[in-house]
Amino acid sequence: MNRPASLEAPPGALARFFAGDVWHSFTHSPVAIVSALLVLLCAVSALFAPWLSPHDPFDLATLDLANSRLPPAWMPEGKASFMLGTDDQGRDILSALMYGARISLLVALAAVLASVVLGVGLGLLSGFVGGRLDAFIMRVCDVMLSFPAILVALLIDGVGRAMFPNAHESLAFAVLILAIALTGWVKYARTVRGTTMVERQKEYVQAARVIGVPSARIMRRHVLPNVLGPVLVLATIDVAQAVIIEATLSFLGVGVPPTSPSLGTLIRVGNDFLFSGEWWITVFPGAMLMLIALSVNLLGDWLRDALNPRLQ
Amino acid sequence: MTALVQVQDLAKVFDVSAPWLNRVLERQPRLFVHAVDGVSFSIERGRTLALVGESGCGKSTVARLLVGLHGPSAGSVRFDGQDTAEVLKGSQVQALALRRRMQMIFQDPYASLNPRWRVRDIVAEPLREHGLLQDVQAIDERVADLLRSVGMAAADAQKFPHQFSGGQRQRISIARALATQPEFLVCDEPTSALDVSVQAQVLNIMKDLQRERGLTYLFISHNLAVVRHVADDVGVMYLGRLVELAPKQRIFAQPRHPYTRMLLDAIPDIQMSGRARTPVQGEVPNPLSPPTGCSFHPRCPVANARCSAERPVLIVRDGAQVACHAVEEGRI
Amino acid sequence: MTMSQPLLQVRNLRVEFPNRHGTLLALDDISFDIAPGEILGVVGESGAGKSLTGAAIIGLLEPPGRVAGGQILLDGRRIDKLDADQMRQVRGRQIGAVFQDPLTSLNPLYTVGRQLIETIQTHLPLDARQARERAIDLLRQTGIPAPEARIAQYPHQFSGGMRQRVVIALALAAEPRLVVADEPTTALDVSIQAQIIALLRRLARDKGAAVMLITHDMGVIAETCDRVAVMYAGRIVEMGPVRDVIHQPAHPYTQGLMGSIPAMDEDRARLLQIDGAMPRLTAIPSGCAFNPRCPRVFDRCRAERPELLPATATLAACWLHAAMAEGAP
Repeated sequence: MNRPASLEAPPGALARFFAGDVWHSFTHSPVAIVSALLVLLCAVSALFAPWLSPHDPFDLATLDLANSRLPPAWMPEGKASFMLGTDDQGRDILSALMYGARISLLVALAAVLASVVLGVGLGLLSGFVGGRLDAFIMRVCDVMLSFPAILVALLIDGVGRAMFPNAHESLAFAVLILAIALTGWVKYARTVRGTTMVERQKEYVQAARVIGVPSARIMRRHVLPNVLGPVLVLATIDVAQAVIIEATLSFLGVGVPPTSPSLGTLIRVGNDFLFSGEWWITVFPGAMLMLIALSVNLLGDWLRDALNPRLQ
Repeated sequence: MTALVQVQDLAKVFDVSAPWLNRVLERQPRLFVHAVDGVSFSIERGRTLALVGESGCGKSTVARLLVGLHGPSAGSVRFDGQDTAEVLKGSQVQALALRRRMQMIFQDPYASLNPRWRVRDIVAEPLREHGLLQDVQAIDERVADLLRSVGMAAADAQKFPHQFSGGQRQRISIARALATQPEFLVCDEPTSALDVSVQAQVLNIMKDLQRERGLTYLFISHNLAVVRHVADDVGVMYLGRLVELAPKQRIFAQPRHPYTRMLLDAIPDIQMSGRARTPVQGEVPNPLSPPTGCSFHPRCPVANARCSAERPVLIVRDGAQVACHAVEEGRI
Repeated sequence: MTMSQPLLQVRNLRVEFPNRHGTLLALDDISFDIAPGEILGVVGESGAGKSLTGAAIIGLLEPPGRVAGGQILLDGRRIDKLDADQMRQVRGRQIGAVFQDPLTSLNPLYTVGRQLIETIQTHLPLDARQARERAIDLLRQTGIPAPEARIAQYPHQFSGGMRQRVVIALALAAEPRLVVADEPTTALDVSIQAQIIALLRRLARDKGAAVMLITHDMGVIAETCDRVAVMYAGRIVEMGPVRDVIHQPAHPYTQGLMGSIPAMDEDRARLLQIDGAMPRLTAIPSGCAFNPRCPRVFDRCRAERPELLPATATLAACWLHAAMAEGAP
């Protein structure tokens, strides 16, 4: 079928994105570019750890006690094949970092995803339906906010372990992810509730009601796309926070199971060696944690400013 | 032949009390606003009734009551003989069938279209919701037809609302409202947010469509000049009540109610005819504590003791309906 | 025609908005005068640039917008090149401003009296008691009943129309020579609008202040102004005495505008409509900005941009009147 020139397909979503203000703001912000590159670096090295890491720190067959407690390669007794040194069992720190970051990031991302789904869902419901349901959900939010995040996570974690003492490793992960998710969902619920209440009054929602669209569909198809903006910014910064909460829990020994050490576990393990002079076993995991959190936070900051139409 | 739309003693009360906890702690009474306080009128098929009044008079609430966005606190709205409130609460199938026959156009062209949807989806939504067309191609063709009927191009269907001006968005809203081929359109200040020359385009389109399709309009506006252009009958509202209801010619030539006269006097005189005008007094009172009796009496130049005690009812005088003691008593 | 020196002179004003796509020219060669005691209306539709003109004169252009050319002279003195501090002094003392939304023009945290007295004392050498008396007097002049009591109230305790009167009182507090009012009645009901218009007229006459009234409502212009400038796409297309512009518009845009306003005294089947829409700033046509929509366009319109030329009773930027300007026989 011949299409006249005026009916050419308009630029698709990707083309519009690259011509838009957000991308322009990104390419002109050194902070955004650097932090995005760092995040990308950490993410790639974490995701592809099994293929990228120089050694496999969990393969007992390759470990050699003769290589234990080696300092980083640039120090006098270091070896080039162990760039950042080894721990007391001969595991390469760099490889352990990559695997650890992998666990940390995966747990954090899963937790934030669960958090977003729960928070946005409850926020939408609360804002759209209003009345007693809204009051109830907001009181639940208030209660949750009165507990410190770590305490909530510890509580759920402890309950989970008590209920399933001999549980399989994956259950431990699930409990951990749930614990972190439950510390963070409230902010999404509140933000989304606020914007939902605003959007609900707008005339395009009323027009949909006059057409006869049922409420659930209005919520999902009309309101939801318009309230997700702030959620993206919050979620980005939330990833950093989730990484730190997970690290804290693992540091305390109630996070990931010991067979899958995350950055927090590594920091804890390395802590014991700090004062005997083998600083690298704890410092490098700590630095990696800080790097991830910092670059994700900076990226989130940039995103918030880029998406704010008034600052442009 | 019964009128298409019949409204009888329609009333709507809004509860604007403080939240329960605040009320208990601060010992505040419950607060109610009688946004619509006993309004009755009817609209014949193919005609346009305009409701005019200033802010807070309840005309927008009447509009929303008519399309079922609010349920009435008292009174009834009958569409083609059926009580709309009951039908909309009843079976889904019947409710949808009723909704297909009446639609609404809103005031704010920037908020009445979902900014994340393409125009094609916005205009096609009623078609999809009512299952009128399934085939994607058929839907696209119908959308193109609708856009052309409001003076826009078929290619506009691919674009997003922010790519259009206020007047064009309002036309998209009209196209959406016409998708189900309704008989009755409620228009809530459809041109108030538009520039004068754009307003002219939209009003011309609306009149053309009415003539071609035999549409019935309820037209809400605060602009009497626009009302004069589009309406067949005009109802004047003040603080939730109808104070005068008459055919257009009669209301503009011989306004009877003191408030109608005041409104007409207050319109700026573009033609600079230098006509004599009585200065306007006072402001619309707080709807939370309306005056007793006739709600206009504090500002009325001819109010007497009865006006502050007794609420006037609509009486017929020379082909117009007026709610005024002074008119009834022959004082004006 | 008054012989006194015009209070405000705007000469070839240009306002630009640089952004990453280039530089948008929002106001292009605007020139007009306002004499003391005169009310000039600036009318136009959305995007015509009338609010920008007011903002440029008051010195409140939102960055990145800036004055890129031309002059603004107040009482013979240039004010477009002043720095922020100097402009602030001029703004309160010589120029008063009234904006559209009375809700956001007043600080909700301070009483009306405090805001008035603060403005008065900033610009006039009065002590607290004198300033207070003056504030009460101003409120009385703007028609607020019981001003001695109301001076101690907060903005939210006033209705919309009353609030706008307070804003006008605030604008007049320091006895400015020029008042710039940007859509002062748009947010108000018709009956209140009439009251505010009458107030503006009376105060301008009594105090001899020059008023620049910016609005899209031709009816308000007809009631209030002595002269009117019609703006389109950042340019002035017609200017002249109000009566003449309304009854004998010379520019096709003004004619279209007047024709599309529904009249109260006659019935028309169709309103005159101007096809198309005002061009966006990024796509202003060459030559006369109105030429794509003009029913009487000819070749010269597309090539050359017209200056304001004398027409029958007004000045119009239209080549149709070139013959008269060039003194054709």
